[in-house]
Amino acid sequence: MRTILYLVRKEFTQIFRNRFISRAIFGIPLVQMIILVPAVTFEIDNIKLCVIDKDMTSESRDLVSRLQGSEFFLISHTTFSEQEADDLLHKNRCDLILNIPRGFSNDIMTENRAKVMVIANAINASSAQLSWAYISGVLRDFNADLVMDNLSVKSIGTLPTIKITNRFWYNPTLNYKYYMLPGILVILVTAIGLLLAGLNVVKEKEMGTIEQLNVTPIRKYQFIIAKLVPFLVIGLVDLAFGLLLGKILFDIPFAGSLGLLFFFAVLYLIAVLGLALFLSTLSSTQQQYLFVVFFILLIFILMSGIFTPAESMPLWAQKFNLVNPAAYFMRVIRMIMLKGSGFIDILPDIRGLAIIALTTVSLAIWRYRKRV
Amino acid sequence: MMNDKVIIVNNLVKKFGQFVANNDLTFSVNRGEIFGFLGANGAGKTTALRILCGLSSPTSGEAIVAGYNVAKNPERVKRHIGYMCQRFSLYEDLTIEENIRLYGGIYGLSKSDIVSGTENLLDKLYFREYRHRIIGDLPLGMRQKLAFSVAVFHKPEIVFLDEPTGGVDPITRRQFWEMIYETAANGITVFVTTHYMDEAEYCDRISIMSEGRIVAIDTPKGLKTEYNSWSVEEVFIRIARPDKTN
Amino acid sequence: MPGLIKPTDMKRFLGFVKKEFIHIFRDLRTLIILFGIPAAQIIIFGYAVRTDIKNASIAVYDLSGDEVTRDLTDRLSSSEFFILREMIDSYDKVDEIFKSSKVKAVIIFDEEFGRRLISEGSASVEIIADGSEPNVANMVTNYTRAIIAEYNQDLNKSPGEGLILIEPEVRMYYNPNLESQFMFVPGIITIVLMLICALMTSITITREKEFGTMEVLLVSPLKPIHIILGKVTPYFFLSLVDLIIILLLSWLVFGLPVKGSLLLLMLITMLYILLALSLGILISTISKTMQQAMFISLAGLMLPIIIFSGFIFPIEYMPPIYNWISTVIPARWFVTIIKNIMVKGTGITYIWKETLILSGMTILFIVVSAKRFRIRLQ
Repeated sequence: MRTILYLVRKEFTQIFRNRFISRAIFGIPLVQMIILVPAVTFEIDNIKLCVIDKDMTSESRDLVSRLQGSEFFLISHTTFSEQEADDLLHKNRCDLILNIPRGFSNDIMTENRAKVMVIANAINASSAQLSWAYISGVLRDFNADLVMDNLSVKSIGTLPTIKITNRFWYNPTLNYKYYMLPGILVILVTAIGLLLAGLNVVKEKEMGTIEQLNVTPIRKYQFIIAKLVPFLVIGLVDLAFGLLLGKILFDIPFAGSLGLLFFFAVLYLIAVLGLALFLSTLSSTQQQYLFVVFFILLIFILMSGIFTPAESMPLWAQKFNLVNPAAYFMRVIRMIMLKGSGFIDILPDIRGLAIIALTTVSLAIWRYRKRV
Repeated sequence: MMNDKVIIVNNLVKKFGQFVANNDLTFSVNRGEIFGFLGANGAGKTTALRILCGLSSPTSGEAIVAGYNVAKNPERVKRHIGYMCQRFSLYEDLTIEENIRLYGGIYGLSKSDIVSGTENLLDKLYFREYRHRIIGDLPLGMRQKLAFSVAVFHKPEIVFLDEPTGGVDPITRRQFWEMIYETAANGITVFVTTHYMDEAEYCDRISIMSEGRIVAIDTPKGLKTEYNSWSVEEVFIRIARPDKTN
Repeated sequence: MPGLIKPTDMKRFLGFVKKEFIHIFRDLRTLIILFGIPAAQIIIFGYAVRTDIKNASIAVYDLSGDEVTRDLTDRLSSSEFFILREMIDSYDKVDEIFKSSKVKAVIIFDEEFGRRLISEGSASVEIIADGSEPNVANMVTNYTRAIIAEYNQDLNKSPGEGLILIEPEVRMYYNPNLESQFMFVPGIITIVLMLICALMTSITITREKEFGTMEVLLVSPLKPIHIILGKVTPYFFLSLVDLIIILLLSWLVFGLPVKGSLLLLMLITMLYILLALSLGILISTISKTMQQAMFISLAGLMLPIIIFSGFIFPIEYMPPIYNWISTVIPARWFVTIIKNIMVKGTGITYIWKETLILSGMTILFIVVSAKRFRIRLQ
């Protein structure tokens, strides 16, 4: 209706007249893409390895040269002293210690179990685990080759071997950026919804212009729609902009339907904006609003499974995520972008998010009073 | 002249918890009047005004504004009134034109009406050269006049003004009151609260509130006669602070 | 300078500080930020965020259906890492099941698996993992491999011989149980302290500016330096309280003690707090409105800290330019110091370099913000 159009027009005028915000709308995704995305990786390479080779045989040197040749490792030190190696680890001058004891080659020849010791700096547990996975991979391959070489000793027919191969679908190189970029886009869109929109409404409250509106015959729903629409549009534009940047800068894949993603994004934005409106009715100053929303935003994002899979979380956390809209979007955006999931595949998520959206918008409508 | 009453208030009470802000108010306002709602700060003026505008609901009693019951039909009431509050809330980051367009549209005016109305307004106030300036850049006096003009742009039956002249110089205040006169002459009832007693002299009738009650209601002349005073200010002091007079 | 404060000045100053404290405690929402955020972060990172996989759904496509594959399937499904969600019966189903995110990986056993294994000596199994979640894909693959390899080993168990010639043993130093707290508690401390000190300080000063009450204060007998100190003092103490709360919570909830000297930790933290406070003051001299102060603190301060402190993502593995940038971010040095003291239990000898850098930065910021503030006043 006309009133809504007038209101929406006024909103857009105000938003674009605010230099700060209009620059932020395009500036923030830009900054996020350029700075955040390259940073947020769990991939590790050039792990600093300190090698203690007490054996100094051709086998041990073979192993060491394999590690040297590996793209994951960088042999930063070699020493004979465990003490020195420990010290290096303590001082963070190396990340990993490989200790090859004397008798290594001997044990292999006599087919005893040749032991090697790996010591990792495990303060960063996930890096340590990854490093350990990589080095045991190298050791495993080394082992397999040794077994091959020993064919003459044992007839392999009597030793059944299970050949394991593995593939990674949808992201064969396990490129972390492909994983994190959608996550960052979710943060972006959520922030626009919660922060931008909510602060806008609270500002009207603080300035008193909301009272001027309340005294006019405008209906509640007109006011609410007029507040939702501009930020819905901005959120979608930013999402599109972010995707475009992602494509240009990082060549991220987009396996699924753009339309489906935007459909879901609309649903998501409605849920988030409803929440923002609801929370804005509870705050009288922008500062109050900021504090509450910052807290909520932090929790939602951290719990949504942005860094780590939400399914691995304990039961109570997963139950929480039933009401966490960010968890839904996080899941779905990755599904659509990386796997090309379709409408049927995301139907349960659509249902869940729709319920949340309905709830938040209803809460907002209920709480927004034209009359005190 | 048939005294057509645009505001009828009967036994209006507003409580905030235990605190009684409006205590059994009964009065009425005639069409075309300039009605001054006086009282010290905290007397309950703004509370009562907000109820009449439909911004607040009464605890008990009744108020009929523009023929509609404020408690039962606030939205109907709002179609027939205009409002200007202390902070003259126009959007500071919009221009005059944009503000008018918004409110004109909200009140359902046609596009052509809005356009012609805007031109008239700009001419009358000699604001033509400022039409593209945003409100925040304009001096206080201009903002006040603009806020008032926007409040009556849609030609409501009644316009409510809540302490509209705060912080403005005397000349601007004078000019402002001239605008009020003109508005009233055009048939719009003006309901204005103020604590500037000299402004009371400009009104057709005034009421004085003290601690939630209406303690006097009459024409300025009538009150001055009754209380044997030179000015409304003196009347006020006599009524509100009897201990201060000798 | 504090030493030259007269008794009346001190009284006024204390009165001012008291008012600031009341302001803070009166607003529930401020308290949410001050105490809620650290608590929430600890709970979330401690309990919810898992870098490990647990109960990952898998599916099996068994082309043989013989005893061996059934055995293997059993092993997989009874592992604590996996939940066998579905047995699928066609290759097309793989894409379908991934697209609907029902499972993280599909394990495909070749035809006649058991027979081939015994008579031909080898049989193939393929692990297809959903690469859209790289970390998970990696772990699922590794664990599956390990389980199958273990089964293989069991098949061939005979003393003295076997396929395993090299047996690696691993020791995880400083954090044997591979708990993620060691990473994130230092990070939380860093972030929370910066949040309280910089964000809150800059907001509280800018708010007075925006509402014009700053001028009232400047006109009062309070000297500008007292005003600033007064505004900043409550947050100094609140930060210390927050630090203690975080340390206590991590000790009680996760059993993460402070291995090194608590005193050293507190002293260096106070240094960091001073730094953060002066940053807050600096921001307030740059910002005209609260909105700007909030934005600069959050986007300009918090975000870089989260990234460059290395608290979630290891800095060493970011593109080299990030490493350069992180050298000017104080948080990075502070996180290193805390980690060393808390987890490794090192003394000042190991961290003197970082401490020096931090001290230098602190002095720099204090000087710059003091200068700017004086300029602002003229």
